[in-house]
Amino acid sequence: MTGRVAFRPNWAARAGWLLLAVYVVYAAQILDLTWARFIVGLDQGGRFLGRLFPPEFQRWELLVDGLTESLQIAVIASALGILISLPVGLLAARNLMPWWVSTPARAFIALCRSFHPILVAIVFVKAIGFGALAGILALVVASVGFVAKLFAEAIEEISMKQVEAVRATGASFANVVTMGVLPQVLARFIGFSTYQLDSNLRNSTMVGIVGGGGIGGTLFAAFQRFDYGFLCAILIAIIALIMVGELVAARLRATFQ
Amino acid sequence: MTAVTDHRHWQRFSPAQRLGRFATYLALVAAFVLSLRTVEVIPEFLYDAPEQVMDLLNRLWPPDLAYAPTVQQALVETLHIAMLGTLLSIVMAVPVALLAARTITPSKGLNWLAKLVLVSSRSVNSLVWALLFVAVFGPGALAGVLAIAFRSVGFVGKLLSEALEETARGPVEALRAAGAPWLSIMTKGYWPQVQPAFWSIALFRWDINVRESAVLGLVGAGGIGLVLNSAMDLFQWDRVATALLAIFAVVVLAEVLVTHVRKRLL
Amino acid sequence: MPDGTMVGRADTAARSGGGPQDHPLVIRNLTKSYGAGRPLVLKGISLAFEARGVVAIIGPSGTGKSTLIRCINRLVEPTSGEILFKGRDVARAGRRELRHVRRRIGMVFQEYNLVERLSVMENVLCGRLGYVPAWRAWLRRYPQADVDKAFDLLDMVGLSDFVHQRADSLSGGQRQRVGIARAVMQDPDLLLADEPTSSLDPKTSVEIMELLREVADRRAIPVLINIHDVTLARRFATRVVGMSEGAVVYDGPPEGLGDDHLRTIYGGEDWLS
Repeated sequence: MTGRVAFRPNWAARAGWLLLAVYVVYAAQILDLTWARFIVGLDQGGRFLGRLFPPEFQRWELLVDGLTESLQIAVIASALGILISLPVGLLAARNLMPWWVSTPARAFIALCRSFHPILVAIVFVKAIGFGALAGILALVVASVGFVAKLFAEAIEEISMKQVEAVRATGASFANVVTMGVLPQVLARFIGFSTYQLDSNLRNSTMVGIVGGGGIGGTLFAAFQRFDYGFLCAILIAIIALIMVGELVAARLRATFQ
Repeated sequence: MTAVTDHRHWQRFSPAQRLGRFATYLALVAAFVLSLRTVEVIPEFLYDAPEQVMDLLNRLWPPDLAYAPTVQQALVETLHIAMLGTLLSIVMAVPVALLAARTITPSKGLNWLAKLVLVSSRSVNSLVWALLFVAVFGPGALAGVLAIAFRSVGFVGKLLSEALEETARGPVEALRAAGAPWLSIMTKGYWPQVQPAFWSIALFRWDINVRESAVLGLVGAGGIGLVLNSAMDLFQWDRVATALLAIFAVVVLAEVLVTHVRKRLL
Repeated sequence: MPDGTMVGRADTAARSGGGPQDHPLVIRNLTKSYGAGRPLVLKGISLAFEARGVVAIIGPSGTGKSTLIRCINRLVEPTSGEILFKGRDVARAGRRELRHVRRRIGMVFQEYNLVERLSVMENVLCGRLGYVPAWRAWLRRYPQADVDKAFDLLDMVGLSDFVHQRADSLSGGQRQRVGIARAVMQDPDLLLADEPTSSLDPKTSVEIMELLREVADRRAIPVLINIHDVTLARRFATRVVGMSEGAVVYDGPPEGLGDDHLRTIYGGEDWLS
């Protein structure tokens, strides 16, 4: 009776954890992440925090200008991005479109997604110069990459029976889409859109670092001038803006569902 | 005498809701129009754009393939940054997620504090985190790893705390009724339930972090971004092209890997 | 011939305060309301339970049966009153003592409350979590004695073939058996069952009730079953406690449970056969 085994040892899991531990030690070594550097850094960090606080809000007009521009960039980029994502996502849905339409559409979406918004922003800055437009276009690309992709996936997950039912009534393609497809995916589309609005708000604070307008530029400038008090004020303002943005996004979601 | 017919209206939303929706539409459109009018667009730059783009494309192609070994090394460093950063963020996120989950931590004050930490982590861009850490620890991979970790805590922590709040209470109640200590309730009651969500979140964040790590070098935090930055500073666009191609390849590979692991694990 | 007096035994037992050996569980003046100013769900319940036997608590939904059961192991906090389990007042126990009390009380739930993704064996071993240090449980290094006992219990409930299967692959009746095995793993001095058969079909319900009675007999412990099926209660219980609107209105053997008692408890005539 003794010796009956309650659990079969999970060798795969154990091997996995061991591999992970070995990797962490190895990678830390390669990146020269020594404990000594960390301790030195902590000391530096303490001093840095001391210079950050208290935050200095004297140049608040600059701050407000930058924030407003970032907000505008986010709103415009989201609106355009969402607008474009609707048809593009539709075109990329494999259950609605023939392969010679959906494949290029999907490739386009994948391209939009592959590059970090910063990189895209750099390209746009080079192409059309510094300023908000470059930032807007960069975020439009990022929005399409996200919203259109999820939209296409949502469309591919719908029940085709409803679509066929509408088709059977002899409706035009546009009507099939409006009455058969959209009702099923609209709620999720709104979810993605509000998420992207929130995401664009975050990213719009950053594109300025490479010249795409908005508060990112102000932040980078403060950083380079070692004006850490102002930097702290900017960071606090950004966090506050994004928290408000999240609330608004949640409200939007609630109203439309 | 004609009877007064009661026209039955079919309305999807109550009048109050319709008003709310209309008001929201109006507000959105107004925000858009307002933004459009006040954003500064310099028309000369715009006219120049097609020319500039062609110019850029010409300079990017062909990519300087001889530069590949440097790029490869930097790429590997980027991957390490992404991996270590994600792991560190998970370790930091778990306790915060436990504090933020209402079903685990009854104290509303602690919940709120934990949620504040998570929101702050998410609101600051990884690039900005990288700037901060470069200022503290100097340029290099350490700053990159910490930047990725601190940015990801908010993401992982939020999703994890939501997953914890959605677990079934019944099994947890049964373990409490059996007199199990708190730690055992966590490991036998909560962990088995959130396990699939946990791995899914970790994988998702790793995928995003690979992208993020690639650009951190632009501000000096290590990886291929550094290569990109120095090449751009020196206007060596063919090298920039090599770096961009490498980033693209890695991102695609990461996506493929993640899809594959997802299918096997979940 | 028992006359099925409406309440009487409980009061005497509670007042005489018979020692913990005779009455391992004594409840005195238990009241419960969910919030200040809200109506009392339990209105001063006093009951004494002997060391053996199956007690069925019957009554309509919302009458406080579940609250009563859950107050005994303090899954629900009583508003006032005493709950003496083997001489210790559960209602006033500190955290550590409460855990020690709880591990001596096994509980079976209506929704089984198994950890779905764990195996049957692991679920049964969860009954020992109150005794085994957390690190052992995490690494699954339970003492061999516990493992042997788990196998024996699974034999007893007829699930030896399912030892390594995930709990969510079992049927409702099988899951409840795992739940019972888990509760018995605690080596309890008292077994509570909160509507154990309400989610099961009639045949399986009878099987589960038989199992509970078997546990009561073999282990010589009191078993309290919260149940709304009067037929099952009559068939398997040695004592029936009828509740209505938060108070005990019947306390006696099942034979004494007449139609007039049932009418008081449940109200209405139509459902009486």
